[in-house]
Amino acid sequence: MSNPLVDMEKPDLIFCIGTNMTECHPVAATRLKKALSAGAKMIVADPRRIHLAELSHLYLPIRVGSDTALLLAMAHVIAREGLQNEEFIRERTVGGEDFIKHVEAFTPEWAAEITEVPAADIEKAALWYGQAEKGAIYYTLGITEHICGVENVQALCNLALMTGNLGREGTGINPMRGQNNIQGAGDAGAVPNNFPGFQPVFNPESNAKFRKLYGREIDDQKGITKVRALEMAAEGEMKAMFICGENTVVSDPERDHCEQALKNLDSLIVIDIFRTETAELADVFLPATSWGETDGSFTNTERRPQRIRAAVPPQGESKPDWWIFSQIGQRLGFEGFDFESAEQVFNEICSVSTIYAGLSWERIGKEALHWPVPSADHPGTPILHIGKFENGRGIFTNMKYRDPAETLSADYPVWLTTGRRLEAYHTRTMTGRAAGMDYLLPEELLEVHPQDITDWGLEDGAKAQISSPRGSVQIRVQANRRSPRGTVFCSFSFDEVPINRLTGSGYDPITETAELKVCPVRIEAL
Amino acid sequence: MSQAVQTELKMQVDGTEVAFVDGETIFEITQRLDKKVPTLCYDDRLESFGACRLCVVEVEGIRNPVASCTTKATPGMEVRTGTPSLEKHRKTLTEMVVSENQNAKGPEDPIKVDPLRGFASGELAELADRYEVSGDRFQGMTSGKSHEDDENPFILRDYDRCISCYRCVRVCAEQEGDYAISVMNRGFATQITTEFNNHLRDSACTFCGQCVQVCPTGALADRKAIKSIDLPEPIVKTRSICPYCGVGCSVDMMTKGEKVVGIQPAMDGPANAGALCIKGQFAFDFIQHPDRPRRPMVRKNGELVETSWDEALDRAAAGLRDARDKHGRHSIYGIASGRAPNESAYMAQKLIRAGFGSNQIDNCSRA
Ligand code: SF4
Ligand code: SF4
Ligand code: FES
Repeated sequence: MSNPLVDMEKPDLIFCIGTNMTECHPVAATRLKKALSAGAKMIVADPRRIHLAELSHLYLPIRVGSDTALLLAMAHVIAREGLQNEEFIRERTVGGEDFIKHVEAFTPEWAAEITEVPAADIEKAALWYGQAEKGAIYYTLGITEHICGVENVQALCNLALMTGNLGREGTGINPMRGQNNIQGAGDAGAVPNNFPGFQPVFNPESNAKFRKLYGREIDDQKGITKVRALEMAAEGEMKAMFICGENTVVSDPERDHCEQALKNLDSLIVIDIFRTETAELADVFLPATSWGETDGSFTNTERRPQRIRAAVPPQGESKPDWWIFSQIGQRLGFEGFDFESAEQVFNEICSVSTIYAGLSWERIGKEALHWPVPSADHPGTPILHIGKFENGRGIFTNMKYRDPAETLSADYPVWLTTGRRLEAYHTRTMTGRAAGMDYLLPEELLEVHPQDITDWGLEDGAKAQISSPRGSVQIRVQANRRSPRGTVFCSFSFDEVPINRLTGSGYDPITETAELKVCPVRIEAL
Repeated sequence: MSQAVQTELKMQVDGTEVAFVDGETIFEITQRLDKKVPTLCYDDRLESFGACRLCVVEVEGIRNPVASCTTKATPGMEVRTGTPSLEKHRKTLTEMVVSENQNAKGPEDPIKVDPLRGFASGELAELADRYEVSGDRFQGMTSGKSHEDDENPFILRDYDRCISCYRCVRVCAEQEGDYAISVMNRGFATQITTEFNNHLRDSACTFCGQCVQVCPTGALADRKAIKSIDLPEPIVKTRSICPYCGVGCSVDMMTKGEKVVGIQPAMDGPANAGALCIKGQFAFDFIQHPDRPRRPMVRKNGELVETSWDEALDRAAAGLRDARDKHGRHSIYGIASGRAPNESAYMAQKLIRAGFGSNQIDNCSRA
C-alpha cells in the first residue's frame, strides 16, 4: 500500500475495485466504515453485490474481467471535464499528454457496452474521483488475477497520477495483501526478478553486490515463475523442487495438470505444518514449526515488519523453516548457512536490503516502522511518494481493453468467478482445523442468482455439475442475490469442491498470474 | 499564533494547575494525571456514552457532580476528582451494579469471573474490590435474560451478568460497523438483543469477538477460551501478529503451561487498534491440532514413512544435489511461502541463489 492503514479513515472519496474487504480484510474494512460515518463517499466496482457494495454510495456491477474498460472510461471523463491535476502531471509524471489523447476514444458509452454498467454511472464515478480532494483507491486480487492484471493495475495508477491522488494523507493506490506475509516474502527476495529489498537481479550493481555477499556467480537474468516451473516439471525439464508452506495442488489452477507435474519430479521436498494434499506427493516431508511456536517477523500490507513470537514449544520434532533451510545448505556444503536463530537471519536481511537497512531485530520488537527505513535513526515512511517518486517520475501507460482468455460460448454460457470467504482461509489447512468454524461454514456452495436457478432448471440446495473445458466438479447450489444474472461464485477453500480443476484459462503475460477470477462454465442439474 | 493561544489553555485539577488542549474531556485529563477515576461504560476507542456515572467529578460552580467522560474541559475550570462524597457516591453506584449480577448462574463467582472470559472481563470485579462491595444490598433486581441457548461455538451470552453499559452494542456499531446487536427496554428490564431477539448466527454478526473483549463483567465470554478455565497453570500472554491476512493485527496469545488457550486483541496494535476478525480471534487451535505431523517423513517403497531429521535432511540435500549434477542447476526450483515468516522466505531464496546461482525462486502470491 502506498499509504498506511490509519489513512483509510481519512479519504473523502473511497474507490474500491476487486476487493471483498469486509470478508478478506475485515479489520481494514472497519477503518473504511469509520471514514464513511465521518462523511466520506464510496464507489464500489465488483461483479458481485458484496457487502461493501451495500455500504457504497455508488455501486458499479461490472462484468467479470472488464475492469480496464471501466478505468479507461473514467480517465476519459476526467480528461474531458478538465479535472486532471495539471501541475502534478507536469512536475511529477511522464507521458501525461499522450495519455490524455489516448483516452479520447474510450467514452463511457463504449465502456458501458463492455462492462454492462450504465454510462451515466461511469460518468458519475469519474466525476466523484476526479473532484475529490483526497481520493484513495483500494484493490486486491479482483484486479490482479486476470490475464490483464498488470494493465488493470496500470489503469488504476493512471487515474491516481492524472488527479494527483498520491503522496498525500488519505490518498494513494492501495493493494491489500491477501496472506499474512506475502509482502514480506517479496521483500525478502523470494521472487524470480529481485534480490531482497527489490534490488533487480539484472541490475549490474545489485548483481555484483549479491555475488560478493553470497560468494558466487548468480544469473543476471530473471528466473522463471512458478507457473512456468510447473509446466517444465510436467515436460520433464524440471527435476527437483522444494515447496514451503503452500498447498499448491489445491490453491493453483488446473489442478490435474499440477498434480501430474509434481509427480513427474525426481525429488519433491515439502516443508509444511500439515500433511497437505501437496505433501502427499512429496519424497521428503519436513515438519515445520507453526505460528505460535516460531520466533520471527511478518511484514504487513502497509510495509511494516512486525515481530511474531513463540508462545508454546513445537509439536513433535518440528523445526523452524530457517533452521531447515540452513541444514540443507550446510549438507550441500554451501557457505553462509550456519544460522543459529531467527534473529541472526532477520539481521542479515536488514544488512543486505536497502529498504530494511535501518531496521534490526531489536528495533522491530519495540517500534512500529514502515519501510523504507534507510538508516538506524530513520523514523520510517508511512506514506510513499511524498514530493517525489522513488524511481524518478510517475509513468502513464496507454493500454487497451482486452477480453478475458475465454469468453462465453454456447458450450460454456455462464461466468464463474472465484474468491474467498470470511470464515475460511485459503485451502483451510488452518481454519478447517479450528473448532467451531464449521458452524458458520460447513461446506462450499455455488452462489447463483435466484432467477437463474429457475431459468437453468436448477434447484436451491441441490447438487449440480459445473464444467469448464478443463474439468468438472459437483457442488451444492445456493440461491443468492449477491451473484448477478449470468455469473456464479464459489471459493476454492474446500478440497471437496476442487474448483481449481476448472480455472486456468489464461495467465497474465508479465506476472504469469492465473486468471482465477474469470472462467466460462456450464452448469447442469444432477 | 493560534497555536500559542491553544497551549495556553489551563484548568485546575485537585488544586494543581494543568494545561490541556481544546476538545479534551475532563476524564482524559485525569487519566494523564493518573488520578484513577473509575469507569465502567467508558472505552477509549468509542464515543463517550455517559451511562454508568462512575466517572463523576465535582466542578466548582456546578451543583451536581458531572460525568467526566462526557464533559469537555474549559479554561479556568476547577475540578475535584476524589472527595469523600464522590467516593461515597461511586460506592453506592458500584453496589447497585454489583447487585444486578447476584443471580448469575453457574459455578463461577457472580462478580470475580475468570479472565479467560474476555479482555475487560475483570473490570467490575476490580471496582467491587476497590469499593469493598459484596452486593447483597439491592439483591433481587436483575436486568437481562440469559441467552445460553445460542449454541454458537464462539460467544457465550450470559446476560444475567449484564450491567447495561452498552459497550458491546457500541463497539459493534462504532468500531465494527456491523450493528448486529442492540438494546431493548429500559431500566432493570434492559436487555441486549439481536434483531428479532434471535441467535447471533441469524443476525448481522460476523463473530469478530469485539463485544466479548469489551464486556466489563464477562456477560459475553469467549467460549473457546473458557474451556480451559480448569487448567491449573497461570495465564501467560505473548504478543504476536495474527497469522491470517495481510492487515497484520497485533494479538496476545494466551497460554496455560504448554497449551494455547485463546487469543485476545492487542489494544495498542498499530494495524488493528484492538480490533480482530473471526479468524484472528477464534481460529487458533490448528496450532496444537492432533493432525500436526510430529516427525520428518521420506518416501520408501511408495509410502511416506517417519524417519529421523538426519535421514530426511540427507535425502532432501541428495535430491537437490543429484538434480544439479545430472541435469544442471536450472533443473532445481524453490517455492517459498507467503505465510511463513520473513526468515523462511529469505532462507529459501538464499538456498537457491547462494547455493545454485539461479533465480529460480518464487512464492505463492501468483495463485
Ligand atoms: S461478535 Fe462482533 S459483530 Fe458479532 S455482536 Fe459482537 S461485536 Fe457485533
Ligand atoms: S484478525 Fe482478521 S483482519 Fe486481522 S490480520 Fe487476522 S485475519 Fe486479518
Ligand atoms: S465512564 Fe463516564 S459515565 Fe460511564
